Amino acid sequence: MNLFQGKCVSWSVNDGVIELELHREPCNEIGSVTLDELERFATELLALAEDDAHALVIYSAMPSGFSAGADLRELYRRSQGMERGQAVAGVREYLERIHEVMNTIDSAPLTTIAAVHGVTFGGGLELALVCDLIIADKMARFCFPELRLGLIPGFGGIPRLKRDLGNAVVRDLLLTGRSFNATKAQAAGMVSQVVGEGEALRVARATAAQLKKFDRATAVAAKRFIKPIPYAELKREIDIFCDLFMKPAVENGLRKFVESTDAQPYLP
Amino acid sequence: MDEILNLAAAHFKVPREKLTPDDDFFKMLGIDSLQALELLTRLENHFHVELPDYELQGVSDFRTLAGRIQARL
Repeated sequence: MNLFQGKCVSWSVNDGVIELELHREPCNEIGSVTLDELERFATELLALAEDDAHALVIYSAMPSGFSAGADLRELYRRSQGMERGQAVAGVREYLERIHEVMNTIDSAPLTTIAAVHGVTFGGGLELALVCDLIIADKMARFCFPELRLGLIPGFGGIPRLKRDLGNAVVRDLLLTGRSFNATKAQAAGMVSQVVGEGEALRVARATAAQLKKFDRATAVAAKRFIKPIPYAELKREIDIFCDLFMKPAVENGLRKFVESTDAQPYLP
Repeated sequence: MDEILNLAAAHFKVPREKLTPDDDFFKMLGIDSLQALELLTRLENHFHVELPDYELQGVSDFRTLAGRIQARL
């Protein structure tokens, strides 16, 4: 049953599985409209979970990938002409809203699965990381490119990476800004299954169907036991991000990204 | 080298005979940086190597790309 069709996302429920589809061209960049729609989704998610949904699958309908992350062009445009303090205040408000959405999905009382392919960068990777399981197409690629802009991930990526991966891998991702393929991501412990090209959604759906066999309350209890939400660190991440956003290096980094003649300047 | 050119031709659906080792692959294939990353993933999967994308800095021809891959085998 289709429940919502938005400009950037839509969702439906079928046999107890909620499916959240990301479909903003070109690669699900997360801007203000996406955030508005995700906030609406987060509210409905809790109601749907009460109503006996047992799993959530998040996937992208865009061929280029799961999500390229924050809409940097919108961020740059909005911060232009603003006094720096005002721009940072706007960024803080945006981050707090994103975190609220991410935390809701992360703590949702059902099993959540991200079915990813192609570009899964920055905020897109952060959205995948809030899920309990990541199923990756073998062409998926993961990256935190924020350092290239003079920033750190701001949607909760660092605390969640630390929760899931060894610190050496986290340092590699953050400090080099390089991207990993799905095989490497699975070896590092980020991805639970690597599947054939174009197969991530099918396998995610099969996994979600499997979950229906289990007692939901038990699954939720297990999830809460093994997957703490690092609330204090998440708040600290916002503070550090906002401190960095004040620096000229960030404006320069954003300008370079926005002014690049490459349609999507993703090589470091 | 042939394997790289074959993979690039197949992935981007261009005639294999149009590609040569010293071609600028951005221009010859008409690709952007995102698509270059797709090629990188394809090559990593095929050769079972890990090639950090910063190794592609300044690399725009297949011959140099082949050298970078060789160094990881």
